[in-house]
Amino acid sequence: MWKWLHPYANPEVSYHFTNKLLPWLSALAAIFLSIGLVWALLFAPADYQQGHSFRIFYVHVPAASLSMGIYFAMAIAAFSSLVWQLKLADASAAAMAPVGAAFTAIALITGAAWGKPMWGTWWIWDARLTSELILLFLYLGVIALHNAFEDKNLAGKAAGILTLVGVINIPIIKYSVDWWNTLHQGSTVSKLGKPSMSLDMLWPFIICFIGFSLLVAVIICLRFRNEILARNSIRPWVRELVQKHNS
Amino acid sequence: MQFNSFSDFINMGGYGFYVWLSFGATALILTFLLISSKAGHQQIINQIAKRKQREDKLRQARELRKQQNEQQNKALNEVTE
Repeated sequence: MWKWLHPYANPEVSYHFTNKLLPWLSALAAIFLSIGLVWALLFAPADYQQGHSFRIFYVHVPAASLSMGIYFAMAIAAFSSLVWQLKLADASAAAMAPVGAAFTAIALITGAAWGKPMWGTWWIWDARLTSELILLFLYLGVIALHNAFEDKNLAGKAAGILTLVGVINIPIIKYSVDWWNTLHQGSTVSKLGKPSMSLDMLWPFIICFIGFSLLVAVIICLRFRNEILARNSIRPWVRELVQKHNS
Repeated sequence: MQFNSFSDFINMGGYGFYVWLSFGATALILTFLLISSKAGHQQIINQIAKRKQREDKLRQARELRKQQNEQQNKALNEVTE
């Protein structure tokens, strides 16, 4: 496996591989998101208690779980960068941070817009909401650290350490609804065994979730490619590529 | 189809404001992120091209100065001889 992975530690190979991947990922993301969102908005049944406000679920839950998933992926990248000094892992962690921050913000905004009609308040300082807000600040801290140093290796180290310390927040978010009394409901989809949702609600959710995940992959690839170029700007292959691109 | 008319769809059973706020904010944030990430590629390429131009200019200036120095030295040597 390591032999197979080894060439991807080369920035040039990774750059061209990402470029080749992008059109496929973009097409798949567009297909899944358009089917999923039309299904969620037009065809999925309304909830018997929450009515049509339930449709917020189809963006809120994917955004929230992706905000945690991206953080986890970023932590793995930060760890491999700190332990094995993989420079590309740094670049990928830097590419992931803004995407994760955006999805955390979306989870918070859609959560507030769902909380107002259902709970009667936009915001409450309970465990789930507060820990998700802390996640947003962790992301902002990581982004700030990546941009705080001229030397990208140093910046990656500092941001990586913050990322790894912040991992403690992920199980806190995940289990906050079980550990503390909270307004936020427990998990519906990821229950072991049978999910407590009817299938005509679950299917559009799955399609939306795949669509959002693919969109995350697209944006991370776009940013990853930018990071590779910025970090290798003195390499001859980048210089050649710039010349070809601008002529 | 869960709605009988377009206005029904916009109204979302009275929850229209909250539903469209959620979907609108999501679309806005993701579109911004997607476009800025895509535009970043050309920006970085332009930056690198500009840096290369500056480096080339510096190198040319350095070579020019070297030539001038050599000429001056030669002239001085001729004078002293």
